Amino acid sequence: MSSPAATDHVHGHPALQHHFENMEQQREAGTLGMWIFLVTEIMFFGGMFLAYALYRTFYPAAFASGSNHLDIWLGGFNTAVLILSSFTMAMAVYFTQVGKLRPQVVCLGLTLLLGLTFLGVKAVEYYSKYEDHLIPGHVIPGRPFDPKVQEEGQPLDPHALHLLPGATKEKVELFYWIYFAMTGMHAVHMIIGAGLLTYLIIFSIRLRFDPEYHSPVEVIGLYWHFVDIVWIFLFPLLYLLGRHFHH
Amino acid sequence: MSEHIVPVKVYVTIFLVLLVGTTLTVIAAFIDFPWRLNTIVALTIATVKATFVVLYFMHVRYSTRLVWVIVIAAFFWMAILFAFTLADYFTRGWLSTQSG
Repeated sequence: MSSPAATDHVHGHPALQHHFENMEQQREAGTLGMWIFLVTEIMFFGGMFLAYALYRTFYPAAFASGSNHLDIWLGGFNTAVLILSSFTMAMAVYFTQVGKLRPQVVCLGLTLLLGLTFLGVKAVEYYSKYEDHLIPGHVIPGRPFDPKVQEEGQPLDPHALHLLPGATKEKVELFYWIYFAMTGMHAVHMIIGAGLLTYLIIFSIRLRFDPEYHSPVEVIGLYWHFVDIVWIFLFPLLYLLGRHFHH
Repeated sequence: MSEHIVPVKVYVTIFLVLLVGTTLTVIAAFIDFPWRLNTIVALTIATVKATFVVLYFMHVRYSTRLVWVIVIAAFFWMAILFAFTLADYFTRGWLSTQSG
């Protein structure tokens, strides 16, 4: 134990684990480990994006009909909210790196608040789908997928589904399975992220992180940005592309 | 040796780029482009936005080579997933004998 590492441990940072040579190695190992986890996440969401791509190719009219019933403005608002939250998360990492405690806590708090805002808007959207009988299958007991369909010549009903030529209710249901699977898994990730941010805020206030040791902030930041990226793809694919199926 | 600290100016720039990208993708959705260009435009904007997030917010641009390898491998594997599955499904119609 006469290596330089031994001396490093004597005078090292209290957060330095014994199996690392120094803080830099420990930090890089943490970042690498998080990225390997994110690879599994990319594959996980990748499978769902693949399912989306296939079924949208098979049933373009039904996918467009389902997509057109989603609220672009709520989806767009949520996209902006998530991007802002990614920015405040990046700033939280920055303030930790330069050792400014108060802005660090404020940025983490803002990130959490924006994450909760996103989930709140998502809940409003889900509720309107519930009202319109658009929850697929028998997920809600006694309330199967059974949307009202807009009849031609009838007054426009915002709760009714506009079936484009070639679309059937069954295939639109498939769109909603994919919509709820993808946005639902995304929301689960957001809820986990909100929990992780709560942990970061508590330990930031307890002065746990400093310019030398802040891997948890950095690594949870990576996770948060990843969840943001998933939404960056979900928003155009689910909300926007339905408008142009005939091309 | 200490880690690279990304300046605030870079974060603000990336944030603005992402907002502009979001606005553009919404505007593009209301324009009828010929062929499949709507899909291509939307996916291109999303990919550019994601790349900025990965490189700057996620610090990959300033990370070790090892992190680069992991990130590229992830997208390479996802490309295999898509390429092989789509190559299967999209070529089924080429068979001369159709089975239901």
